[in-house]
Amino acid sequence: MFRFLRVNMADKTCVFEDVPEEYAGLGGRALTSTIVAREVNPICTPLGPHNKLVFAPGLLGATNSPNANRISVGCKSPLTEGIKESNSGGQPGGHLARLGILAIIVEDIAAEGEWWQLEVGKDSARLVPSPVAGLNNFDAVEKLVGQYGKKCSYVTIGRAGEFKLTAASIAFTDRELRPQRHAGRGGVGAVMGSKGLKAIIIDPEGGQTPPIADAEAFKAAAKRFANALTTHPITSKGLAEYGSAVLVNILHEAGGLPTRNFTVGRFEGHEAVSGERLNQLTKERGGEGVVAHGCMSGCIIRCSGIFPDEKGKFKSKWPEYETLWCFGPHSNIDDLDLICTFDHMCDDYGVDTIDVGVAIGVAMAGGGIPVGDGKAVMEAMKGISEGTPLGRVIGCGTATTGRVFGVRRVPCVKGQSLPAYDPRAVKGVGVTYATTPMGADHTAGYAVTANILSCGGVVDPLKKEGQIELSRNLQIATASVDSVGLCLFTAFAILDIPDALPAIVDMLNAKFGWKLTGDDVITLGQRVLSTEVDFNRRAGITEAADHLPDFFSDEPVPPHNTTFDITPEELKTTFNWIKR
Amino acid sequence: MSIHVRLSTTLRECVPGYVPEEGLDIDLAPGEEAVTAGELASRLGIPAAEIKIVMINGRQGDLRNAVTEGDRIAYFPAVGGG
Repeated sequence: MFRFLRVNMADKTCVFEDVPEEYAGLGGRALTSTIVAREVNPICTPLGPHNKLVFAPGLLGATNSPNANRISVGCKSPLTEGIKESNSGGQPGGHLARLGILAIIVEDIAAEGEWWQLEVGKDSARLVPSPVAGLNNFDAVEKLVGQYGKKCSYVTIGRAGEFKLTAASIAFTDRELRPQRHAGRGGVGAVMGSKGLKAIIIDPEGGQTPPIADAEAFKAAAKRFANALTTHPITSKGLAEYGSAVLVNILHEAGGLPTRNFTVGRFEGHEAVSGERLNQLTKERGGEGVVAHGCMSGCIIRCSGIFPDEKGKFKSKWPEYETLWCFGPHSNIDDLDLICTFDHMCDDYGVDTIDVGVAIGVAMAGGGIPVGDGKAVMEAMKGISEGTPLGRVIGCGTATTGRVFGVRRVPCVKGQSLPAYDPRAVKGVGVTYATTPMGADHTAGYAVTANILSCGGVVDPLKKEGQIELSRNLQIATASVDSVGLCLFTAFAILDIPDALPAIVDMLNAKFGWKLTGDDVITLGQRVLSTEVDFNRRAGITEAADHLPDFFSDEPVPPHNTTFDITPEELKTTFNWIKR
Repeated sequence: MSIHVRLSTTLRECVPGYVPEEGLDIDLAPGEEAVTAGELASRLGIPAAEIKIVMINGRQGDLRNAVTEGDRIAYFPAVGGG
């Protein structure tokens, strides 16, 4: 029996309801964006009572499909003031799917100063006062595990979310019960904090694999999909060995590694903060370090790693490429241990590593923090948890920080900071940054695949040709993948192995008794994007916002000395199925 | 002047003693003006089947492209992230 769980933070009611007709057949991002677009007033105050926070596993959650247990979080973003879907790994997605809960919709807000936690189990849900308010994620989870046990999974905000900072994230515990996977982008943690919701405890006891219409067909299709993942070198070996960190040396070589606030495309200290170094140090130090680590049940890609300190004790998860970049080359720091400390602080305080790390480098550009000064960065970071003025500024992300320090080059689109690829040297992803409804976001349409990695084709990253089409197709495909619960890293296999996408379609058809084709996948992706664009328009974000800051068009970036020369007029053709 | 070579991840194992921070500086044979990226890889003991991405002076290339003295070439296996 599939249901929604509606939670009202004002009257503290928790109601299971049948899935409304208009939401039938949707999951993950398709579901969160459709609910937000229908039920949230686009001009509402994001931190107020009219915003809603939606959690939804994907359509293949809790099945035997590999890599299908991700969770989507949707709301109106206090950072972009537009629609937001933020996606995470960890265990809660699969657990909710096992419980048959297709979406948790958190509505209204609790009284100021109140902190609640939501206990969710099979056929039960209730709000209770939270005893872990004021704690950061690691302490909060430790205490909650002591109370509820190791079989549950936990969704929490740290002090950054309690302070309602606009770069606050929502943390999801992984298989070892560490709050290390995050719905990071867009300030979703601030929305959770605005509702007075500190934690969600999910008890999967009594849950089950969802019913499958044709079990034999599902099994066969899942096997084909697993085969694609274990055949493709990126998903079978590369990511397990080096994590996403492998991109540091690749982007450096390509001249697209944004260094010292997007002033140059290569970083002298790149080797010291590379995936190769991360792998080497993890193996040398041993102990609690782990290469090839999966963050959620069913993951066979295992990219997440555990980084040990010099004594072999747990120090942090393996930082993602984005994190290594913004606390590293962007901030002129080449100390891998220090960067891992910052990553762990972000996990603990509950902030988006990207928006905070980019904020650090932008603060440096504005004289707020000495350039490359690791100690000063440490003090600024601690301030996020302590609630110091500088900490609050940084914790609100890059746009706020740039404003406070009077910085001219603020790398944001729709208020969200650019990630780790210079759009002048990787033009395809530049189109995505400018046009996605999410604000500057690389995952929304990861053109780096064809621009840099020779995956899914080859499109010269330094030329205009082919970039709009590349970004468009990837944005559509990604919107669909995000709706199925699949980890986006499966895309490497999907792009290169012809049977991978048909296998996914066959799994969906076998599970639901549908008759989808590959074209339906495209239509779904387009509909999700249309829904999101429409919300943004009604929120007051017009087509005029689809552009990069002008310094990317004015200033060539070494070593290739190119500019972002795709015009706003050309960018308008990206979503060519939407009537303008 | 020589050709400056950089190797990624597993390809480093093909060249014992490879120092990541330094890369390799390889001279052309006497009288040779250029060499293909594929031929150069072969001379270094890197199997072509292991190479997925080739960058020459930071630009996307492939094993058929020619490199000459003063060029910088980097070889990567199939790797990716996000």
